[in-house]
Order: sequence, then structure tokens, then C-alpha cells
Amino acid sequence: MKRIFGFLLGLTLALLLTLFAGENPWNVFTILVRSAFGSMYDLGLTLSYTTPLIFCGLSVAIGFHAGLFNIGAEGQMTMAVVTAAAVGVLLPDVPFPLAPVLAVLAALIAGGLWGWIAGWLRAVRGSHEVIITIMMNFIAAGLAGWFALKIIPNPDSQNPETALVSPNYMFKDYDLVARLFPDTPANASLVFAIVIAVLMWIFLWKTAWGFKLRAVGSNPEAAHRAGISEKKVQIAAMTLAGALAGFVALSEVVGSAGQYRIGFSPDYGFIGIAVALMASNNPLGIIVSAFLMGALHKGASDLDLETSTITRDFSRIIQALVILGVVAQGYWEWFKQKRRKG
Amino acid sequence: METLTWILALTLATLRLATPLIFASMGGLISERSGIVNVALEGFMLMGAFAGAVVGYSFASAWAGWGAALIAGFAIGALYAFFVIELKADQIITGMAFNLLVMGLIPFITKILYSSTGSTPALLVEDRFTFEPLLLAVALVAAISFWMYRTRSGLWVLFAGEHPEALTASGVSVRKVRWAAVTLSGGLAAFGGASLSLFLASSYSPMMTGGRGFMALAALIFGKWKPVPALAACILFAFADAVQIRLQGVQVGGIEIPVQFVQILPYIVTIIALAGFIGKSRAPKALGHQ
Repeated sequence: MKRIFGFLLGLTLALLLTLFAGENPWNVFTILVRSAFGSMYDLGLTLSYTTPLIFCGLSVAIGFHAGLFNIGAEGQMTMAVVTAAAVGVLLPDVPFPLAPVLAVLAALIAGGLWGWIAGWLRAVRGSHEVIITIMMNFIAAGLAGWFALKIIPNPDSQNPETALVSPNYMFKDYDLVARLFPDTPANASLVFAIVIAVLMWIFLWKTAWGFKLRAVGSNPEAAHRAGISEKKVQIAAMTLAGALAGFVALSEVVGSAGQYRIGFSPDYGFIGIAVALMASNNPLGIIVSAFLMGALHKGASDLDLETSTITRDFSRIIQALVILGVVAQGYWEWFKQKRRKG
Repeated sequence: METLTWILALTLATLRLATPLIFASMGGLISERSGIVNVALEGFMLMGAFAGAVVGYSFASAWAGWGAALIAGFAIGALYAFFVIELKADQIITGMAFNLLVMGLIPFITKILYSSTGSTPALLVEDRFTFEPLLLAVALVAAISFWMYRTRSGLWVLFAGEHPEALTASGVSVRKVRWAAVTLSGGLAAFGGASLSLFLASSYSPMMTGGRGFMALAALIFGKWKPVPALAACILFAFADAVQIRLQGVQVGGIEIPVQFVQILPYIVTIIALAGFIGKSRAPKALGHQ
């Protein structure tokens, strides 16, 4: 309940800010809702944002469960997406059912490796994972940019993007979700994301591995006494986090675009932090909060057209205030204290 | 002779590029020595860079922008203090949320002020700083080294981060010390941002900090939370940045090094430094504890 209140508080504050820009907050709110759910087309776009947000939310959440703050989902995802595109462009002759599997596997390895580096540095060298993952995000952006522009650029376009993967890699012909939402990037990987979320819930709460992971996160000292290796768990958690973020390659490359486009992500990795926090890192809750944040993002990106002063960057303000509303639950006690004193 | 000018140019570039890092890492130092983790330095810097550029441009004076950056930095630092000290919100998550908030607020404000979300209008070249922030940065390190270890209020900050109970026992409010430290850290980090927009460049451009807030934090950790070693670390990272700029377009054996490889150099140096390949670093004892 408190989290829902925090979300609403953050959203309300963000909307009230629009007064400074001379807009009517209620009007802005109706635009947000209409452009997120107004038509099948709008809903399709909202869902196409939801899928990567589920993956990134899960990635951030698994870090939190192990007591780590993974701000590196953005970089892990970037490495995975460019890897999937590279496989699809450089190995065009792989036959259909095998091809997408191969691309996604390669993507998971790339994402997982990017997470593993941060996990290893944290566990073995004690390096602050927040700074390391931020630096890794910049490095990933640089490497992926080089690969996309210099190694496999798109010969038919001036846009900063890779060439298209061979058609064997796409599952469009079999995609029932994509048929429901024509002309949008929404695709069947949404269903897959939900399945992964359920699997992660089972992993965290029904397996010994999941228990160990949560033990290290919630009480490292007790976990240590119980003979659980904190280092191994930290490395494993960051590797899994990287692989989860890597699944974005499924929705982005194999499912919709068929290429890596520089700047395709509106900071999914960062929005994933809000997604995970809103859901208290519960994988099932993440499905819902990813949908909410996806809707807000889609809604905010239409503000560019529908209002004269508010731009898509407004989405960031909403995300930040929602995070603060959820994470600063201390205001309950603070108000109580003030009332007692006053 | 040519090598000499080359070395001189590289040294000057290093010092210029070190300026924003030094301010930000001194800001981080005060906050973290008082026991409050500060990953919001990036956002504080952006705020300072933006406020500095806007006010500096409208008054055609870098000093006016410098003052505005300080005020903006104090404001956002105090807001951060309110969240982490009064509301006891998680320091790292709140810090990241502040970064996100600033990244959203700045285009929101530029749109209102200049009806665009890009860069702010530029100062005239003769209006912007030529060397002043660099001197201030070095003076700041000296001042903090003296203040923190030799004065009563400096020791309060150290105790707030190491033995808050002892500070309470001696009748000083840990809360107030931390409030002051975090607010001050906002102002100093904002100076770092303003030296980007008024000294290294002459306007604010979106995301111009490029992770420097986090590098400053890394410099702080690498410098074992001490002023002079942190300064040295800032200079190391700035050197990597200066080399990076020099290496762009340089050919090795007839092949040009891809610009993207060169650009990631400072980030790699930061990771290597942080991975502690040169000795372990110990954080203030009460850092991050409520």
C-alpha cells in the first residue's frame, strides 16, 4: 500500500511541476493516459516498452536481492543487443529455429559477461559496484558504437545502426502478439518476459540457490556463518543480472528491429531501477510496475507533440520522483514526529 | 623543442580537465567523511554547470554564474540532506534518483527559458574563466586539508563519519554536522559543474558531465578519502582524459585508432584504479549507516 502511495505521490508532484511550465496538470495527466492506452497502436507501443523494462527490472531486482545495486543494466543490455545483431549479420546462413536461439544465447553470454566483470570486481577486489557499473555503461556504449559504425554498419541507411540481421533470425511470421498490434514493435517476447519473471520468482523463493542469494542480501553475517560464500553469490547474482538485462536482445533484435540502433534505449536500465523498487523487487510485481512505467514513458513521449512546453524528458522527472516517493518512506515517521513535537 | 611544447600542452590540458573533478571529489569527501554516501555528485555537478551557464550568460559574467552555481548546489545538496538524513531514505538509491531528477529538470527548465532542450546560449570568450577555477580548486584542497584535521568543526565532520556516538556524547548534534556537510558538498560539486560550463566550455550542453561525478567519487575512494591523495587521483583521471583527447585521430602504423576506443580510456583507467590494484582503501566507519 505504502508503495502505491509513494508512486502516486511521485506522479502527483511531477504533474504539479508542469504548472511552472504554464500547463494544466490534469490536462497533462489525461494526455499521459490517452497516449499510453488510447488506441491499440498506443497500447502496442506501451507494451513494447514494457518488455525491456521487465527484463531490466528483473536485472536490477536480482542485484538488490543479493545486496548489490546494479546500475549496469543499461551497459549489459547494450552489449547483449549488439552481440545478437552481430551474430545475425555475420552468420546469415544459420537455419530458422536455430538462428534466433543462437543469437539470444550469444546475447545472454555477452550481457552475463558484462555483469560478471562487475560482480568479480566487487566480490574479489571490493570495488564499489555502483561506480564500476556506471563506468561499464560508458565502455559498453563506446564498444557497441564502434562495432555498429565501423564493423557492421547499415549499408542502406545514414542512421547510426547496424545492418539488418538475416530474416532467419526473426520470428515475426509466428508472432501472434505482433499481429494483435500491427505497426508497433510489440512482440511475443512480452509473453517470454512474463515467463522469465515467474521463473525468477520460483528461483528466488523455492530453490536453495535463491535462498542463499537472498540470505547474502538480507543478512550477510548470518549467511557467512551458515557457510554460504558471499563472494560466489555476489558474482553469480551480477552474472545473472547481466544475463537478464541481456534478454532485451530478444525483444529488440530478434523480436522487432532486427538490428542494433544506437540510442534505441530510453535508458531502460535506469527506468528498471524504478520498476524494481516499486515492486519491492518481487518478480511478479515487476510485471505490473514495468507496465506502469512503460505506460508513463509512452505517455510522456507524446507530450512533445501534445503540449508546447513539456518534452519527453519529463519522463525522467516522473521516474525520479516515483523512486523518491517509494524509497523515502521515512516521511511517514517524519510527519508523525513533527506532529508530536508541534 | 616540439616534444617540450607537447608535454607542456598535455600538462596544461590535464590541469584544466582536473578542475571539475577536484571540486566534485572535495564535495564528495566532505559528505562521505561525515558518514553520508554521495552518488548524487553527478547530478549536483550538472545542476552547477547549468545554473552557472544560465546566470553567467544573462549577466555576461563568469563570476555571477559561479555564485549562482554555489546557490543551486547548496539548494540541491540541502534537499538531498533532507531525504537521507531526515527521511532516512537509502542513500545510494536516493542519490541515483537525484541524478535522474536533475537530468529531467534541466531540459524542462531550458525548454521554458529558451524554448529548446539543447545547449544554453554561450558566454563570450572574454567573459568566461581563463584560469581562476583551477587556482580555486587547488586552494580548496589546501583549505580542506587544514580545516578537516586542524580545526574543531573539521574534526566534528570526521567524528560524524567515524564515531558518531562520541560526537553525540560531547554534545554536538551529528544530524546538524551531516546537514552542513552534505549541503556544502552540493555547493562544491556544483563548482565542479560550473568549471565545466564556464571554464572548459562556455555554455551548458546536455549531459556535459559525462560521468565525471562518478569519476570524482572513484578518485575519492582511490585517494582513501583523504584530500591530497584524492587530488592526485583526480589528476590521474584528468590525465587519461587529456591523453584521450590528444589521441583522437592519431594514427599508429598507418591505422587510425577508432575514436570510440580512445574515448573509453578514462573509464577504463577509473575501473583499474578502483579495482584497488594499488592497495586497499578503507571507508569511514559510519559511512552509510543511519
